[in-house]
Amino acid sequence: MAEHNHSLKPYVMVLFALFGLTALTVGVAYVDFGHPWSDVVALAIALVKASLVVAFFMHVKGSTSMVKISVASSIVGVLIFFMIILTDYMARGFS
Amino acid sequence: MSMPPSNMSPSAEAASSQAGTTRSGLAEAARPPREHYLNAGYGIKSWLLTTDHKRIGILYLLSVTFFFAIGGLYATAIRLELLTPQGDLFQPDTYNRVFTMHGVMMIFFFLIPSIPAVMGNFLLPLMIGAKDVAFPKLNLASWYMYMIGAGFTMWSLMHGGVDTGWTFYTPFSSTYSNTYTTATALGIFINGFSSIFTGVNFIVTIHRMRAPGLTWFRLPLFVWAHYATSLIQVLATPVLAITLVLLFLERAFRIGFFDPAIGGDPVLFQHLFWFYSHPAVYIMILPSLGVISEIIAAFTRKAIFGYKFVAFASIAIAVFGFLVWGHHMFVSGESAYSALVFSVLTMLIAVPSAVKVFNWMATIYRGSIEYSTPMFYALGFMGLFVIGGLTGLMLGTLGIDVHLHDTYFVVAHFHYIMVGGAVMGYMGALHFWWPKITGRLYSGFFSHLSALLVFLGFNLTFFPQFVLGYMGMPRRYHVYPEEFQVLHVLSTAGASILAVGYAIPLFYFLYSLKYGAYAGRNPWGAVGLEWQTTSPPPLHNFHEMPVVDFEAYEYKEAPVAERQPYRVVKYGL
Ligand SMILES: [Cu+2]
Repeated sequence: MAEHNHSLKPYVMVLFALFGLTALTVGVAYVDFGHPWSDVVALAIALVKASLVVAFFMHVKGSTSMVKISVASSIVGVLIFFMIILTDYMARGFS
Repeated sequence: MSMPPSNMSPSAEAASSQAGTTRSGLAEAARPPREHYLNAGYGIKSWLLTTDHKRIGILYLLSVTFFFAIGGLYATAIRLELLTPQGDLFQPDTYNRVFTMHGVMMIFFFLIPSIPAVMGNFLLPLMIGAKDVAFPKLNLASWYMYMIGAGFTMWSLMHGGVDTGWTFYTPFSSTYSNTYTTATALGIFINGFSSIFTGVNFIVTIHRMRAPGLTWFRLPLFVWAHYATSLIQVLATPVLAITLVLLFLERAFRIGFFDPAIGGDPVLFQHLFWFYSHPAVYIMILPSLGVISEIIAAFTRKAIFGYKFVAFASIAIAVFGFLVWGHHMFVSGESAYSALVFSVLTMLIAVPSAVKVFNWMATIYRGSIEYSTPMFYALGFMGLFVIGGLTGLMLGTLGIDVHLHDTYFVVAHFHYIMVGGAVMGYMGALHFWWPKITGRLYSGFFSHLSALLVFLGFNLTFFPQFVLGYMGMPRRYHVYPEEFQVLHVLSTAGASILAVGYAIPLFYFLYSLKYGAYAGRNPWGAVGLEWQTTSPPPLHNFHEMPVVDFEAYEYKEAPVAERQPYRVVKYGL
């Protein structure tokens, strides 16, 4: 396994970035972007936060490419899962 | 399966009539190793706190056998009740609990762990030339999770069980059922972790602990099959866990996920449940496919035809297996568009399965076949798996499914896959590797007999159920019109033969532990690293680190007569 950087600094920075993004999430909830866009903005911020956690707290950044491939493929798996279920709901309107 | 009239008899005769000479000859031919994993430590602690993958495999063997027996008792109760058109033994409510507990016990506590946790645990490190799995303590933890999960389920069983069916469909399970749904679901939730632990362990072990020279394409197909299985265990089981948590939240706190009365959607439950439970079918069948490849290569003395195709077929089945779950929901309110897509994908997944079967047939073709007991199971498997698979395609066809959904046709189909496929593979594996696990040989005569009884009993039990289902007999009913009785009687008669077939091995396996002849390293003359070490293997599997400079299945195609002396010494008794 690759040696991890045990300096605390990057973790503290990520922590404060997460606090900042949480505040931003609350902030944009008061702004009306119009129907789909409010959701899009909120989800985009959440995606950035999740990526920070995965990259730094879960040490995927700096790991072997095998680890990165595993993470990427599980994300693709989850997307397929949601996509197929949501397609069913959407397609119930067809006739 | 066509029975060879004369080819098989020499080994059976040698086993039965020349018992005395064979045994004394064996004692000279093979002696047990002085040190092995079974005498490496004694006492209850040396078992309950062991981190040896072989002992953990044995712990799993004992526990899955126990839960198989419990599931079997429920099956017996079902078949007895269905002997007559009236409800004789049970009230309708009781009958619901009986078939539910049969399904829960067999699927979650027998079929899912059977081959991976018993045979996989024991064999995987041996096959890749490793001392143990990558995370031995996690491996032990997996058995404890299994037992704790089983404990909760047994508790609910003893307090009256569950009546939802093993599928826990909502809103019945979340709102209306008055049985111990929560305790059972909790048991299955905890048991899921044991499955995940095993999967993680196997993936890391296969990636990182292969012996020098053992490249991916030199791996036995058993290992490829377990790699594919582990991917499913790791990726699908968490979805079952979260589904059961949602079920619990709705049942306990009335949060509306699934019950339309409180704003939920019942079809969502089916999506989530089958996203796990269809791939779970492949957790049960893929390891079996791996076992069959090993057995067929060993008893035809040939390399598996199209090795890479068979290896990648396992991966393809694992991947496609995630995309077909909607075929369980064609008549449950799923959109017609989704049903169409799922139907097409279901047809596609038959391709890699068929690749395997055709390649086995090509392997057997012109092989020098030996009708040993494991080979009986392998040949039986092929026939039953094809029937189970093709009837699965019938059910995957939209129009036919409307007619056959929730009938005995479905019951027959999945028993052909799970019992005719997965359990036949498990029995084949037990018989193939028993000499490696225990260092002893079992009775040739009785094991052939039990394999035949299992095959005949199985077909007599489940073939009539195809006809019943086609005629319209619904599943999960215990009272039925009189014209169905003949077929139900046939089925029950078959079940009693099947039960005898399953009971006999219990006796000759136990008998072999004390009285069986010593097996030696390699009683079948098979290739593979596990056969190069002593039987039973030493604590750390190999006395020196194996180096692999040969391809998988490098069998010399020797004519049957030249394959001495293991042919003579093969069976004790
Ligand atoms: Cu399915």
